[in-house]
Order: sequence, then C-alpha cells, then structure tokens
Amino acid sequence: MHNSIIGKRKRNSDVIIRFLINISAGFSVVLLLGIIGYVFLKGIGKVNWQFLTGVTSTLMGTVGIAGNIVNTLYIIVITLLIATPVGIGSAIYLSEYAKPGRLVRLVEFTTETLSGIPSIIFGLFGMVFFGNVFGFGYSILTGALTLTIMVLPLITRNTQEALKTVPDSYRSGALGMGATKWYMIRTILLPSALPGIITGVILAIGRIVGESAALLFTAGSGYLLPKAGIGYLHKVMESGGTLTIQLYLSMAKAEYDVAFGIAVVLLVIVFVINRLTKYLAKKFDVNKIK
Amino acid sequence: MDNKQIHTIIGSRKNKSAVEKAAQGIFTLCAFIAVLAVASITVYMIINGAPALFKVGVKDILFETQWRPSAENASFGILWVILTSVIGTVLAVILGVPMGVFTAVFLAETAPKKMAAVVRPAVELLAGIPSVIYGLLGLMILNPFMYKLELAVFENSKSHQFTGGANLLSAVIVLAVMILPTVINISESAIRAVPDSLRAASLALGASHMQTIFKVVLPAAKSGIVTAVVLGVGRAIGEAMAITLVSGSSVNAPLPFNSVRFLTTAIVAEMGYASGLHRQVLFTIGLVLFAFIMLINISLTRILKKGENGNA
Repeated sequence: MHNSIIGKRKRNSDVIIRFLINISAGFSVVLLLGIIGYVFLKGIGKVNWQFLTGVTSTLMGTVGIAGNIVNTLYIIVITLLIATPVGIGSAIYLSEYAKPGRLVRLVEFTTETLSGIPSIIFGLFGMVFFGNVFGFGYSILTGALTLTIMVLPLITRNTQEALKTVPDSYRSGALGMGATKWYMIRTILLPSALPGIITGVILAIGRIVGESAALLFTAGSGYLLPKAGIGYLHKVMESGGTLTIQLYLSMAKAEYDVAFGIAVVLLVIVFVINRLTKYLAKKFDVNKIK
Repeated sequence: MDNKQIHTIIGSRKNKSAVEKAAQGIFTLCAFIAVLAVASITVYMIINGAPALFKVGVKDILFETQWRPSAENASFGILWVILTSVIGTVLAVILGVPMGVFTAVFLAETAPKKMAAVVRPAVELLAGIPSVIYGLLGLMILNPFMYKLELAVFENSKSHQFTGGANLLSAVIVLAVMILPTVINISESAIRAVPDSLRAASLALGASHMQTIFKVVLPAAKSGIVTAVVLGVGRAIGEAMAITLVSGSSVNAPLPFNSVRFLTTAIVAEMGYASGLHRQVLFTIGLVLFAFIMLINISLTRILKKGENGNA
C-alpha cells in the first residue's frame, strides 16, 4: 500500500508503549497530588495553634506536638553540629590532600556503603553502641550521634562535589601569592564551596526530619517540653521522640487524627526544604547529590 | 606536603607549619570516621547477632519456620521472615521498576518540556516524603481496599485467617511506590548519558522513535538501569517503618493475602519489649539484613566499575 518508507503507518506496539510511558509518568503526578490532597484533607482540621504549641496531657485532655517539634530541633542541631565539620573535613581530605590510592578508595567505598545501609541497622547499632556501650541510654544524644553517622555521606559528597567545581586557578593563585594550604582552604576554597555545603546541610535536615527507624530505639519517644533553665541542657540526655516517631506511635495507637495532623506538618517541612534546595541550586548552580 | 619549601613573608614559618600539619591531621581523621563507622557497625552487628546463631543453632534459626519467641518451649525459626523480605522485595521491584523506567523514558526522551516540568518536581517531592507517611496512607487507604479484596477472594474459604487487609500485597505496593523515585532518577540520568549519535543512527536506519528507545537507547543505558534496580532492591529490603503496620503482625508464609513479617518489621515490632535470647535473635535478624545489604553494596560497586570500563 505504502510505497514510501516514511509512510504514515503507525506500529500498534509503538502506540501501546507510548501509552504505557504516559500512564507511568502520569501516575507519579497523580500519586503526589493524591498523597498531598488526602493528607491535608484528613489532617488540616487538626492543625491549630493549640496543636502546634501545646503538649499532650491526659490530665488536661490536650493533644499537642510542641515537645516533638522541640525534640526534632534538638536532634537536627546536635547532629549537624557534629556531622557538618566532620563531613566537610572528610571532603577536604579527599579532594585536597589525599593522593589517589588504596586509602582514598577505602574512604570512598565506606562513605558509599554508609549511604546504602538501611536506617533500621543504624538504629540497632546506635542503640547498642551509643546507648549501651557509651551509656547514653534512650536519649536525644544517642539519637543525634546515630543520625550523625547516617547523614555524614550526604554532607561529605555534596561538599566534595562543590570543591570539584572550584577552578584550579583559584588554588594555584592563592598558593602562588604565598598563602599556605590551610589559609588557601579557609579563605578561598570554603567560601567558594559554600552553596554546595549548604545544600548538603539542608538535604541532611530533610533526612533527619523524615527519619524514624533509626530513632525509635535510640532517641526513644518522650514528648515533654524541656524544663526551664538547666533543663534545656538536661534535655539532651532525656528521651525525645521526633515528629515522625510521634506520627508512628499515634498510628500504632489508632489515633489517626493526630497522625494526620503531624503528617500535614511534616509535608509542609518537606516542601519548604525541597524549595530551598531548588532555590540554592538555581542561584548558585550547585550539583546536589542525594 | 613538604612545608619547608614554602617561603612565606608573613609570620613565623615554624608556627605555620605546625598549623598546616594540624589541619592536615584533622582532615585525615575526619575522613577516617566513615571507615571507623562502617567497621564498628560491622563488628557490633556480628558481636550482637552471632551468639544466638550458636545458642539456638544455625539450622534452627535460619531454616525453621516456627516463630514463637515467648512460648514456654521457644522456637526462633526465621525462614518465613527471610523469604518474606526476599519475595516482597522482588515483587516490589517487578512492580516498581518497569513503571520507573517508563517514567524515566518519558522524562528523558518523549516528554514535552512543559510536561516534564510537572512530572520531575513531583518525583523529587515523592522522594522526600517521610516513610511513616507512606505507612499511614497504606494503612488508611490500601488496607481497607485489600480487606474488601480478601473478603471477595476467600468468601468460601474456611481455612483462611482474615487479616483485615494488612498483608504482603499491601506492603509490596507501598514498597513499589517508595522505590519509584530512586529508579526514575538514576535511570533518567543513565538514559540522558547515551550519546545522541546512537539515536540519530537508529532513526536514520528507519527505526521508529519507540524502537530506537527500546532497542538502542535502553540497551546502551543498561548498566545505569541495573544500578537503579540494585539501589531499588536495597531501598525496598531496608525499609521498615512504612510497612510495619501495613504488612500485618504475625509471622506467616509469604503468600499475597497472609499477614507477614519482614526482616525489618520483625525488628521494629518486637525490639521494644524483647529481652534475653529473644532480643539476641532480633539482632540475628538484623545481621541477616546487614549481610543482604553488604551483598547488594558490593555488587553495586562491581556494576559501577564495570560500567566505567565498559561505556567509557
């Protein structure tokens, strides 16, 4: 029928496959909208000032997640205080000092391995190592130390990537003008790599906020606010459940309205973090590594 | 670094070289914390997981199916648990990977710009949603649906134990959804890395767009897609909180409508109150999971290395 090789004949298989491709892609969007829609529909009614700033108490009959919000902040801050310097230091070693060889391969392999270990294993390890061996028990500190190991690869790899994009001429320029290596790193490299480092830190915050399995048996499930004064410091050694842990516990206790309320708060945080990394990536042209 | 060769006009050289040495030492130390962490995780998983293997017996733990940790005559067979994790992961990958690869093809090859600008952020956001939220939705949406299905399927069965919809199938669907973003992201970058000359050659030979994608581009992106699959497997087998409540609460054979325990969910469900030998066996389960993950990691490094040599 067709004598031309560029005939209009469409293969049936092509049509079917194209249909499958579009369905698959559409599914992701529908899924996301469905999740957001469903969670907000079920949970937005629960979110009010009392819910966000109050503490759950059977005596007063109140339900609030302020304690969990504070715990989450504690864990984010402590984790980042340790993980950020170590992660940056590690990246500096890998890209500025190390000579290619076995050692570098070992460090890179272990960093890779760390990012592949499931969080429940981190949880078990943290429970035994920081909880029992170090004797920190179920506490915010145990949880934060556990998460430090978990987010370390994120910060290391994002910093490494950022250092890679600093042109070599900056390095030789600084060294050529008589700067020592550490001076060059401190005043030239780190400022230039800052957007990449911040991206890594924000991704780490996202990871911490969403984490649950690694925290259940390390940070525990306390939901009270720290007491004033010295209590703020003491809180570090007390058990403290983050928002995700409280969500899980509410779900297990079949308090679904509370669970959905927390889910709304978490989704908002996730969205803000996503926007922030996007903004940074656009503004500074950063490559982010998940 | 040999600092003696640096001639500086600012300050004393002696101090400087001390600072330099200290800086280098600290950075090296930082780098080795990752090594230290992996080494101690490995050591502690073995220290805590291995004893039960000897106390109960390797065969009685790994190849027995009776899980009665608190019974008088306790038995700790985790064969069903291991098989549930393996089968659950395989099914999730079978469901999730084709969908993920198709979406990656959409993003990298066929999507009009405007459509890609909607789909890509959606995928990114899906990746960021905490696993407990997937669990919550699985519990509230999937489980009731599965219960209806269960009632229909087993209407006349007398032997079936009804689960209220918390079963293997629900967990598999949650897992499939959760590995989607990983599979999509990595396959997409693999597809994008295929040089345009291959596409042009294929089209010039008269192949249709779809033929080009499936017979030329995807085979060329093979190693990247295999990486995506392996990472998906790692993510699925390691996921705990999303499927703990969704998959039910008793140890059973991994059949679609059975209430099941995965390696991860067995730990989450019982670690809170377990003690003595029971607790040690839970660590053994952790060790089994850890062994799986290390296997996956090592094969991943192999694949990546091969990919680097192969499609240079």
